[in-house]
Amino acid sequence: MVKRKNPYAGPIRILGYACLLALALMMVLPFVWMVSTSLKPYGSAFTYPPELIPREIDTSSYVRLFTLAPFGQYFINTLIVTIATVVGQVFISSMAAYAFARLHFMGRDTLFLFYLGTMMVPFQITMIPLYLIVFRLGWVDTYWGLIAPGLSSAYAIFLLRQSFLTIPRDLQDAARVDGANEWTIYSRIFLPLTGPALATVGVFAFMGTWTDLLWPLLVARSRELRTMELGLAYFNSQTGASAFLQPNWPLVMAGAVVVMLPVLVVYLFTQRYFVQGIALSGVKG
Amino acid sequence: MQNKLSGSAVPAQATRKGPWRKFWSLWNEKTGYLFVLPSFAHLILFLLIPLGFSLYLSFHDWNSPSFAGAPFIGLENYEFMMGDLRFWNALKNSALYTLMGVPLGMLFSLALALVMNMGLKGSYFFRTLFFLPVVSSWVAVSVIWITLLDPNAGIVNYVLSLVGITGPNWLGDPAWAMFSIVLVATWKGAGFSMVIWLAGLQGIPKDLYEAAAIDGAGPWQQLRYVTVPMLAPTTFFLLITGVIGSFQVFSPVYVMTKGGPLDSTDVVVFRIFQRAFEEFKMGYASAQAWVLFAIIFVLTLAQLWYMRRNVEKTFS
Repeated sequence: MVKRKNPYAGPIRILGYACLLALALMMVLPFVWMVSTSLKPYGSAFTYPPELIPREIDTSSYVRLFTLAPFGQYFINTLIVTIATVVGQVFISSMAAYAFARLHFMGRDTLFLFYLGTMMVPFQITMIPLYLIVFRLGWVDTYWGLIAPGLSSAYAIFLLRQSFLTIPRDLQDAARVDGANEWTIYSRIFLPLTGPALATVGVFAFMGTWTDLLWPLLVARSRELRTMELGLAYFNSQTGASAFLQPNWPLVMAGAVVVMLPVLVVYLFTQRYFVQGIALSGVKG
Repeated sequence: MQNKLSGSAVPAQATRKGPWRKFWSLWNEKTGYLFVLPSFAHLILFLLIPLGFSLYLSFHDWNSPSFAGAPFIGLENYEFMMGDLRFWNALKNSALYTLMGVPLGMLFSLALALVMNMGLKGSYFFRTLFFLPVVSSWVAVSVIWITLLDPNAGIVNYVLSLVGITGPNWLGDPAWAMFSIVLVATWKGAGFSMVIWLAGLQGIPKDLYEAAAIDGAGPWQQLRYVTVPMLAPTTFFLLITGVIGSFQVFSPVYVMTKGGPLDSTDVVVFRIFQRAFEEFKMGYASAQAWVLFAIIFVLTLAQLWYMRRNVEKTFS
């Protein structure tokens, strides 16, 4: 970002900082509230005026959370489903992207356009038949059912193809002359050279899968197979804020903290790729 | 899009000569198909077959979550939909959500981006903060906001009471529930749109501002006559993707209101979900899904048309 000389610079900067602070407060306060409420004893969660800082710290909600619902199991489920989806999607999509970027075969560009076209189909259109197909395959209430639909993504193929196109063709030709086959070129030259793009695609797949609600809601029938997202949704409607029950806010907020923590950790370490990916989607459409 | 594609379609082996040429091209074709095969199989099984199957379902009276066999009923599902007041209500609610949410979200995120684009120190840190809601899960965000918007013990109404306003029963009042979800969605999505606005802002040549400043334009006039027009492509992109996304909203409704109170937040996807997976009217729900698809398809075409026109204008 380049600073421009401007007669209004001084007051505008002060105003800018004021705005930044106000906006930052707006963005962060709900999370502060989440953490602080999760640490309140049940009785003092409904005081008026609301207390942003708990008067006494009580961590018993976290203990109760894990006894009331198998959040440990939810975490393991989410981890298995997410890792399998990310690895599968990056692998399968990058192979297709390599072919679309650097191999020559009949109908290549038509096929690629067709892939791009499939991005227009929203998940909500196909979810009903997709559920029936997964049912037919006997995958309802299995890890496979949760994983399979995410194993390839046209968006990932599109992004990775863009990235592969920037690699000099000479590298590929030189490797061919040395007797390398396409698989070696793809796995030993192209994949290592497109680290950031792979990371972007991987982070997107991770976030999307980890926080998905709709598909697990359809496929994970038994409690043992719920993901964290789904687990929290059920937990909330059972113990939490329903209009007719006295909600146990500390308990539900503890659940929210536990569900958010893994995503936040991953985000803090990968935010560069995440932001890059979003900016790309805006520029390229 | 078309131009960009054909531009890159340089034959891989155009430079190779001699007797090996044919061999290489055959070999390459085979490997090419092999490389695409896994993703193509996936595409067929999890997208194309479901898409066709969905159309099939919409013409059948499929009323079970399994393969029990269903009679062909032609357009009856679509005819029934015409008189289904709950579906029309859901369409109306989705439209309402879109009309409120998209402009609000775009304005709020543009404000964020403009402040972020001032090059103030610490912008990177603030971007991280603004992004927290984006990466958070919808379920976690929803349960947090249920407590924040609580009419009795929630912070929002407490803050409002400090300035003398009696806050509404946000999620519990049919007149306010949809707007509450819009507010939460705006809060959650702002960081995402901000990044796209920022990319657009940083693409505006600096000389335009300098020229405007020389002509005596103040900050407001620079914003009005340089920034806003130069952001037209970004604006259009965010508008269309925003509308498409709005018609697909599900998670906050599912967690915060379950479509209530009095069906006031019953949006299209939630309606489809209920018809299909609570009433098991798979056929009828598929017909509704196709109406949603038609709406989204038209919007996507509008976006493609605009992008194409724009790209041609810029590069020719």
